[in-house]
Amino acid sequence: MPTYDEIYGKVQTTLVDALGVDDDDVTRTSTLQGDLGAESIDFLDIVFRLERNFGIKIPRGELFPENLASDPEMIKDGKLTAKGVEELKTRLPFADLAKFEADPDVNKISDLYTVDMLVHYVQSKLAG
Amino acid sequence: MRWIWIDKFLEFRSGEFARAIKNLTLAEEHLHDHFPGYPVMPASLIIEGLAQTGGILVGEAGGFVEKVVLAKIARAEFYGVACAGDQLIYEVTLTDLRGEGAVVDAKAYLEGTLLAEAEIVFAHLDNSRANQIFGPKNFVFTQQLLGVLDLAQARSRAAALPEPTSEVTEAAAPVNGRPLEG
Repeated sequence: MPTYDEIYGKVQTTLVDALGVDDDDVTRTSTLQGDLGAESIDFLDIVFRLERNFGIKIPRGELFPENLASDPEMIKDGKLTAKGVEELKTRLPFADLAKFEADPDVNKISDLYTVDMLVHYVQSKLAG
Repeated sequence: MRWIWIDKFLEFRSGEFARAIKNLTLAEEHLHDHFPGYPVMPASLIIEGLAQTGGILVGEAGGFVEKVVLAKIARAEFYGVACAGDQLIYEVTLTDLRGEGAVVDAKAYLEGTLLAEAEIVFAHLDNSRANQIFGPKNFVFTQQLLGVLDLAQARSRAAALPEPTSEVTEAAAPVNGRPLEG
């Protein structure tokens, strides 16, 4: 089982290749969209590269869930409902939702996608 | 102008690899503007040709059910230029295919030398949403574009047929341009 730092190094390379950013831009706390400029289509590219670089299989919707934002039970007035937060926790067990829970603004879901989160995701896949 | 930037498939291995030709000719309007007196194939149209070769490879792998769209050029490098009168060979290898899309490695050769290479990401359009916007018709794989593949398949079928004997050839030959009856 590779160490956190070994996985981090490969995630960094993955993001440099997928997003055309410099090594220095990629830190543990960088958010994919806000800091590294990823767009929705880049998520598909990132999934392909993670699968290739780590030899893992990423089922559709596992890392980037679909249809969550369109369910009225999950979202009300631009915020995730309690049910929505629980659903997000279930779907993204590798994400740190502590800060997000205080203000579950739907626009802040993208901030959950940090480099650190990807490393934890890959760790969970390699462990399983 | 028809938006077809490959002329013919030379090789097509389903789900794996495709090789296509693009002949450059001064009959193409854009070569007179790009550039006057120096007709160079625009790099963007080489990418389009590679993407059409790869797009058909990806689409065929899924039986042309999905609407395959060019999502991203992850990387592209050019090492030279191609001019009117040149013949480009596009070689595309399918490296990844999944429900949401695909990735191909694409290369363009001029006279056996690598001219350009690119990594192209394709996405499968969500059919339910795409149908609302564009209707059920597959606007990506039009009959025009698929005609290039049909032609290649027809040629390989024809090549696989046994050579006709001389009697058969004579019997089937038309008389004064009209087919023989019976």
